[in-house]
Amino acid sequence: MTAALDPVTLAVLKGRLEQIANEMDATLYRSAFNPIIAEAHDACHGLYHATTGDTLVQGTSGLPIFVGAMAFAVRAVIARVAAGAANEPGDTWLFNDPYEGGTHLNDMRLVRPIFRDGQLFCWLASVGHWLDVGGNVPGNFNAKATESFQEGFRIPPVKLVRKGEFQHDIVEILNANSRLPQSNWGDLNGQLNALDLGEQRLSALLDDYGAGTVNAALDAFSARAEALMRAEIAALPDGRYSFDDFLDNDGISDEPLRIALDLTVEADAMTLDFSRSAPPCRGPLNIAYSTAVACCYVALKHIFPHVPANAGVLKPITFIIPDTTLLGVTAPKPVGGYTETILRVIDTVFGVFAQIAPERANGSPYATINALSLAGHRDDGSRFVMFSFFGGGLGGNPEGDGLNHGNNPISTATIPPAEILEAAYPVMFTQWALRPDSGGAGRHRGGCGAIYEIEALSESGADVFLLGERGKFPPFGVAGGSAAAMNRFVYDTDDGPKSPTLVTKIADIHIAKGQRVRLESPGGGGYGDARARDREAVRRDVANGYISAEAARETYGLDIEIG
Amino acid sequence: MTTSPAKAVVGVDVGGTFTDLFWFDEAAKRFRTAKVPSQRGDEAKGFIAGLTTFGPVSELASIVHGTTVGTNALLERKGAKIGVITTPGFRDALEMRRRDRRQTWGLWGDFTPAASRDCRLEVPERTLADGTIRTAVDREAVREAARALIAKGCEALAIIFINAYANPQNERDALDAAREVWPNENIACSSAILPEIREFERASTTALNATLQPVVGSYLRRLEDALEADGFTGRFHIVQSNGGVMSTATARRLPVRTALSGPAAGVIAAAAVARAAGHPDIITGDLGGTSFDVSLIAGGQAALAAQTTIDFGMVIRTPMIEITTIGAGGGSIARVDAGGLLEVGPESAGSRPGPVCYGQGNTRPTLTDANLVLGRIDGSKPLGTLQRLDVDAARAAIAREIAEPLGLDVMAAAEAIVKIANARMAGAIRLVSIERGHDPALFMAMPFGGGGALHAGALIHEVGLKGALVPRFPGVTSALGCVIADIRHDGVQTVNLMLDGLDAAALDARMVEAGREAHAVVADAGLSVERIDVLYELDMHYLGQTHTVSVPLPITLGEASTGISAAIIREAFDAAYGAAFSRLLPGIPVRIVTLRTAAIGRRPAFDLTALAPPADAAVETARRGTRKVYLDGAWRETAIWSRLDLPVGARIDGPAIFEQPDATTLLDPGLTAEVDALGNLVIMRG
Repeated sequence: MTAALDPVTLAVLKGRLEQIANEMDATLYRSAFNPIIAEAHDACHGLYHATTGDTLVQGTSGLPIFVGAMAFAVRAVIARVAAGAANEPGDTWLFNDPYEGGTHLNDMRLVRPIFRDGQLFCWLASVGHWLDVGGNVPGNFNAKATESFQEGFRIPPVKLVRKGEFQHDIVEILNANSRLPQSNWGDLNGQLNALDLGEQRLSALLDDYGAGTVNAALDAFSARAEALMRAEIAALPDGRYSFDDFLDNDGISDEPLRIALDLTVEADAMTLDFSRSAPPCRGPLNIAYSTAVACCYVALKHIFPHVPANAGVLKPITFIIPDTTLLGVTAPKPVGGYTETILRVIDTVFGVFAQIAPERANGSPYATINALSLAGHRDDGSRFVMFSFFGGGLGGNPEGDGLNHGNNPISTATIPPAEILEAAYPVMFTQWALRPDSGGAGRHRGGCGAIYEIEALSESGADVFLLGERGKFPPFGVAGGSAAAMNRFVYDTDDGPKSPTLVTKIADIHIAKGQRVRLESPGGGGYGDARARDREAVRRDVANGYISAEAARETYGLDIEIG
Repeated sequence: MTTSPAKAVVGVDVGGTFTDLFWFDEAAKRFRTAKVPSQRGDEAKGFIAGLTTFGPVSELASIVHGTTVGTNALLERKGAKIGVITTPGFRDALEMRRRDRRQTWGLWGDFTPAASRDCRLEVPERTLADGTIRTAVDREAVREAARALIAKGCEALAIIFINAYANPQNERDALDAAREVWPNENIACSSAILPEIREFERASTTALNATLQPVVGSYLRRLEDALEADGFTGRFHIVQSNGGVMSTATARRLPVRTALSGPAAGVIAAAAVARAAGHPDIITGDLGGTSFDVSLIAGGQAALAAQTTIDFGMVIRTPMIEITTIGAGGGSIARVDAGGLLEVGPESAGSRPGPVCYGQGNTRPTLTDANLVLGRIDGSKPLGTLQRLDVDAARAAIAREIAEPLGLDVMAAAEAIVKIANARMAGAIRLVSIERGHDPALFMAMPFGGGGALHAGALIHEVGLKGALVPRFPGVTSALGCVIADIRHDGVQTVNLMLDGLDAAALDARMVEAGREAHAVVADAGLSVERIDVLYELDMHYLGQTHTVSVPLPITLGEASTGISAAIIREAFDAAYGAAFSRLLPGIPVRIVTLRTAAIGRRPAFDLTALAPPADAAVETARRGTRKVYLDGAWRETAIWSRLDLPVGARIDGPAIFEQPDATTLLDPGLTAEVDALGNLVIMRG
């Protein structure tokens, strides 16, 4: 094989490198212990540039938000090495520091240098969401945290494996600080399985093609992604476009938080300026700069799905994310609710594109992860933490209606089956259903959100924690479409059903045996004028109960005889 | 049982374009093949027309059929209108799926469930996860719901209750009640179809089965009526996705098990050919018009997968031959993307309008066009109903769409299209081999379908395979598989038992019951078998994991026991887990999640020497001159051989082309082909 980079070799290498990352994903999913990784695929693997940490190749099955964030994690290790830390064959770094590489404390990162002929060739990295990393709240979605210390333990980049020697004392420290050490231990082994496999596969590839050819190919992929992205931007009308959206509150005080985007298109480049956003907040709704960049990448990839997934995509884009806003905070500002904030950032990008290029826009997705935990003890005394994210509707779009009960744009996660949850925890679902009238009206209707109602079955009941959003500001419609229904949470008390004061966030309630909690998630925003919706489609929506006859009459302007 | 003197069995594979048949007289060891056009929508016509090419249908002993009627009905959403009766609060489980979306990037695209929302009704009932019945089913409410669904025009009914895997009582009672009012046999409950945990997968499998019951049922009735009218009195069987054969009665009850019927038959034949040829480790590659289907056979056995997704949100969970499909076929369209990269597929021109050279209206070049321009296929030979292929049109399309944008000459562009397609096929082969820990250097490629053998040499080089084994009749492999396949019935049940402190006697009792049940289905199928094997497999994991590893057990069904013990299970688990992942996790408890039972009725061994070339064949009579073929950047004068006329032991060096009515084989320079004792072409590096 020569080093000449003909289009054929490029295409072959592209496939083989992506396969390596995909196979690392699959290995972790199959051997992980916690359902957030195994079922919901809250994990990611890739290959990263030896000196810049740029994303070279990323698996297609990993969590989209990590695609942008992992480069920052690798850079954190590169910075350590530049400052004098040893970095040798057989090393593997471990850390979860959100201020060095983004996201939140549950996301444990493993970064491994890959050497070739004595030179650092690239980095392999694995990230996965561990179920519990200490802190005040089981599962770590602490809606009331005002400092990172209340959210869990924080590990800076340390060497878990030193020249092939596994450092058991580090694992002992991790175990001693978690409610679920066995689950973490299983996941850690899964991540190591994935890195081992990636290293083997990459080494075989380098044997086949030589480091020079592979390096040249990696450069070419980045250049190609950049060229495609520039071509897409150049086709957009120049100008400055703005869109503001809001978070309900920070979990501490009931004040809305503004997320504001001013986007400038100039020739084949764009600037995304978030300076007008709210200042850092007291609660856990802050995010670090790297996380903010990563979620913009996710939004752009949804709008331009055919541009390949590597660092080249970001080259034509300038980010302005001051540390005076909640989108660019540093330690120890709490970041545990980062998922909600990044979803709102993504919505602002969708909102801006509805102005720039309506033919590419969709109504806002439900855009709240609704991290809901029920925790307590089974009747045999053992501890349980049932933790899951819940689904909602996706937005109507130029092509058709939004999907009922989909996953969020930051995620490809599937939800664990109700039967798996009922078998594992002392709970019973009394509803697992679509939520009528929750999709935003439009020529193409937003998808329906869902209703989940859960009854506590154990004698001692359950503590309930929720970190959600979209309880005061609904998912918006575009191109004349209407907003969707807002998020709603209700829990039983001895004095009857109640909703949280902070609407979508609670950290301190308890339900007794036989009492229930009920989550009603938002639908997606509508696309286009509801009065222009096909009349037969409206009739079908009523027959199927996606919308009520009242909504048909009032929003869609269609009177339907109720039989 | 029939006492007809005729002993012939016919395998019939009805595909989208052609119906392939393989006729075999076991006593006389004689065989014949046939290929007739399929009649879409009236498959019985092509089916009978194909059979009569062998003489009177009444003289056939048995017919085994591989069908895509079920798959097509699912893909084209032409299943029957069905009703669902379900647990309060759960009528949307079927529509909510597992909260996924169509693709990672891009949020568009919606989903139409197998049963529309207004035809999914709830009745009072509830079973808990431990099997306790919290609310007994309200039978009158079931009858009322069934009547309402009949009034809405539903043709089949699925009863799907939460936690029915743990205790099927409420479902069975509801089924009884519904039968009192339901007008036909198209009615089932989820615990009878798939008694396994995970409500969406169970609901989807049960609902899709219901949508197929009327379709597959009436299709089989049409075939049976036509066969009966022609005086057929033998046995008529269907190939299932697991590669085994079932009776038409079972197929009517479980039509969802026919989803991969045709392709599975092909893999079964490939495995048999591989074993007989002494190359038990092969990777099959079936190149059709729109797709390339790959399957790995290790030690002569095809791997089974537990579930498949037919299309977004359409999950079928039942054991099937593991077949990986990529969108690369003869009709795959080549294009240069905005970033200047050449891509082939997944967009396809299919068989209509088909490649540019078919002259049926497509103007964008395909893989077949490239093969034609390169001289690898002969444009003057008839192909199906086409009399000749238009080389000039194919060349012009490649020049315009590929060569100009890339700055290549047209021959280099055609070669690049083939290379990219080869790379994609190689990727699919790596996916099933390297990615699962198999060393490709130990495997032979087995190409089948009309075009697969054109690419065998490239795949050997690209993936680093040992060689290739081209079966005697690559174009009728699936029909051959119908004749060879064993009878098989699979059962599955969730058991959820901890290995520590296992009550082996209780597990043994369940295994014996499941084994006897599966054994009975196979025995009742009525085809002659040498013996019936009962195999057991457990899905197991460390407590805390949600995924499982398959653990085959080294025991079988005895008189009153399987002889299972905790020690046997532990040893089998450690071996299976260690093979899948590098790290065992001692100290963490192990759980048995699922029991899988398979009964296999072994058919009398099919003697493939029946297919071998006649003893009087000679190399010289097989020679068909030469023609120019573009290989490795230059036109080369290439020998053409009539493949079926070559004798056993003939050894030909590449470059060469082997022609036969159902396929073309290309032997690249540097490779050597030898005809083995069964008439297969064994291609190795020279």
